[in-house]
Amino acid sequence: MQESAVGKALPGPLRNAVPWRSLYYGVRGWGWFLLRRLLQMVVMMFFVSMAVFYLVNIEPNLKKYAMSETHARAGDQEIERWLERHGYRDNFFVRYGEWLGVLPKHPTLDADGNAVQRFSFCEEPAVASFDGVLQGNFGCSTKFDAPVADKISGALRATGILMFWAFVVMVPAALAAGVLAGIREGTRTDRALTTGMVLTTSMPEYVAGVLLTIVFASWLGLLNGSAATATTQGVTFNNIALPVITIAIHGAGYIARMTRVSMAEVMQQNYIRTARLKGLKYPTIIFRHALRNGMITPFTIIMLQFPWMLNGVIIVELMFRYQGFGFTMIQAADSNDIDLLLACSLVSVFVVLSTQIISDIGYILLNPRIRTQ
Amino acid sequence: MALEHASLIESLGYLALRLWPVWLALFGVLSLTAAFRGRLGAYGALVSGNVGRIGLSICLFWLFAALFADVVAPFTAGEQLLAMKLASPGAIDPETGEIFVFGGDILGRDVFSRMIYGSQVVLLIAPVATIFAMMVGITLGLPAAYFGGFMDTVLSFLANMVLSFPVILLFYILVTPGVQETSLPRVFSGILFLFPIIFVCLLFYTRYSLRPGLVTLQLLATLLVGGWIYAGLVFDADPLGIVHISKNHLNIFVAVVFAVSPSVFRIVRGFTLEIKTKDYIAAAQTRGEGAWYIMLWEMLPNARGLLVTDICLRIGYTTILLGTLGYLGLGLASESPDWGTAIKDSGALLRVYAHPALPPVIALMSLVLGLNLLADALREQAFRD
Repeated sequence: MQESAVGKALPGPLRNAVPWRSLYYGVRGWGWFLLRRLLQMVVMMFFVSMAVFYLVNIEPNLKKYAMSETHARAGDQEIERWLERHGYRDNFFVRYGEWLGVLPKHPTLDADGNAVQRFSFCEEPAVASFDGVLQGNFGCSTKFDAPVADKISGALRATGILMFWAFVVMVPAALAAGVLAGIREGTRTDRALTTGMVLTTSMPEYVAGVLLTIVFASWLGLLNGSAATATTQGVTFNNIALPVITIAIHGAGYIARMTRVSMAEVMQQNYIRTARLKGLKYPTIIFRHALRNGMITPFTIIMLQFPWMLNGVIIVELMFRYQGFGFTMIQAADSNDIDLLLACSLVSVFVVLSTQIISDIGYILLNPRIRTQ
Repeated sequence: MALEHASLIESLGYLALRLWPVWLALFGVLSLTAAFRGRLGAYGALVSGNVGRIGLSICLFWLFAALFADVVAPFTAGEQLLAMKLASPGAIDPETGEIFVFGGDILGRDVFSRMIYGSQVVLLIAPVATIFAMMVGITLGLPAAYFGGFMDTVLSFLANMVLSFPVILLFYILVTPGVQETSLPRVFSGILFLFPIIFVCLLFYTRYSLRPGLVTLQLLATLLVGGWIYAGLVFDADPLGIVHISKNHLNIFVAVVFAVSPSVFRIVRGFTLEIKTKDYIAAAQTRGEGAWYIMLWEMLPNARGLLVTDICLRIGYTTILLGTLGYLGLGLASESPDWGTAIKDSGALLRVYAHPALPPVIALMSLVLGLNLLADALREQAFRD
């Protein structure tokens, strides 16, 4: 039912997999539809977080973590005792429940049975209490020495800026190219634009980024090859242009191709022929009649581009050392920062699922045939 | 120490000469195709257009480069020549007299040789992983859409769950040294690699179940060959010692199949839902054909255009995924010549020395481009039918 861009949905026969199919399963108005989707999202986040919780807490990871926390070449026994004392040896579901906030979290006790704070930078409850994700406590980041919530919100803001500019560059360029190619299907303009689109879709971010850096930073010296200053000293054209273009390039080709197919199809519809025969001017036909219908598919595609963009953003942030969400996530994974990694997964799954819902809603709003049902 | 440099024309000539087996094979295949175009059916029609011709040529170029890597590459992938450290393109190695056409990298390895050997890694893992993922997706997607109900709900939910996860994060969680120490990759591979065997068995059984002798023979052969490869891949216990995969590669392979198969599942499910309503399916049902026969021998052949196109696109996508893994330094050994790792290695010095970065970047891009063009040509052809 939810069609994401994963696997790059093909035009043609696959178009029956569009999101509004889900409406056939029982339309009882807007509220019902939204409620169903939100419920689905919650259930999915529950299972995903449980799977991730299991995977980041596998034995070798815990051992490594205990080793780094005890600051010593501790023996197996010592490590076992440390893990026991900090509750890592409790039942899996109990620990997951504590993290989620449906079971009370117990404080860490020292030898005398007094509650101690494990981290100087991050508060933990002194008495057993419900204090998990549902209560808004995402835990403590051992890598950044900060509460996870603080770290994530800062990183998300930085990534939001990057994504915003990437969209500002990508969407108009892709739509313009796609519409232009679509209304002149088969001409030389169309062929040239289509070639460009295929070329950009063949360039993953790490390829486009390297090429752009060589051309614009090394040879021409126009732009910064690193975006590290963007998060510390503020965003300027010089330090963010390369990451933004790199993200935009890979996504733009796909959106443009889908727009082209959609426009080309609309241009062959009977109502366009009628408009022509009626003697309407060409621009009027395009802007009044064709564009509105031609934009329905691209809109869905743009929203569903989010999971892909998220991947691209991770690579780009790593490549240009832009300290955003992706950069944080990779560092969390690299240094086995359990709480931070869990929160990052939760946030990214939330983003992906909510864009899917938004795209469904947008699809219905844009498509009058469904709206009136 | 100053190195002697070959001129640009000399370098290009050297490059062209080095690749002679590739040119020969490419020329052979393309001229044969051109000569017998009329009799080759769909494949012949594919090369009648420019898009298909270019796409096919690029893909074949890399295929032959990987096959003849030992002849084409002047050095082995790991050979380090201190004198050639970061040598610029066209530098001549004083010891062997060979030209470093694309220069040397930070460890004094020939960038050209590494690029050629890198194609081996990519062309070995990407297509095989894609085929495996296709089989998993098809074996689960067909019944999910055909029967519907509870199984469909559960499988769709699982597929959506995997797909709602950013691929890179999935890799970071699945392809870490920590996970490699556990039995997780083995369990995953044990489950995922069962599907190709099931798929082939079903294929034979549904078709030839009326000829017990033949079907027994086929099933036995499938189980024998499948079981042999399965034992080699999953348990690393191939009695003949031919099928062997390192722990690293198994982990990558499983992660890629796991990440790709849900989207195959979804596409297969989509077209099955559509084809299910066609008349010839109703006809087959009326004839009293079994459900699996209808799925495998009525529906699948009718979706072949779509499937072949999808495989092409998906191999390109898998190539990108492998590059991502290499670029992030996940799974693949640090001295592995694959393109992603090469791009990562050259990244640190990119601002000063661009030449080690360009060959792997262009290689990866061209292969994906070739596959995309091929997919375009295939799609056009599928629509013409």
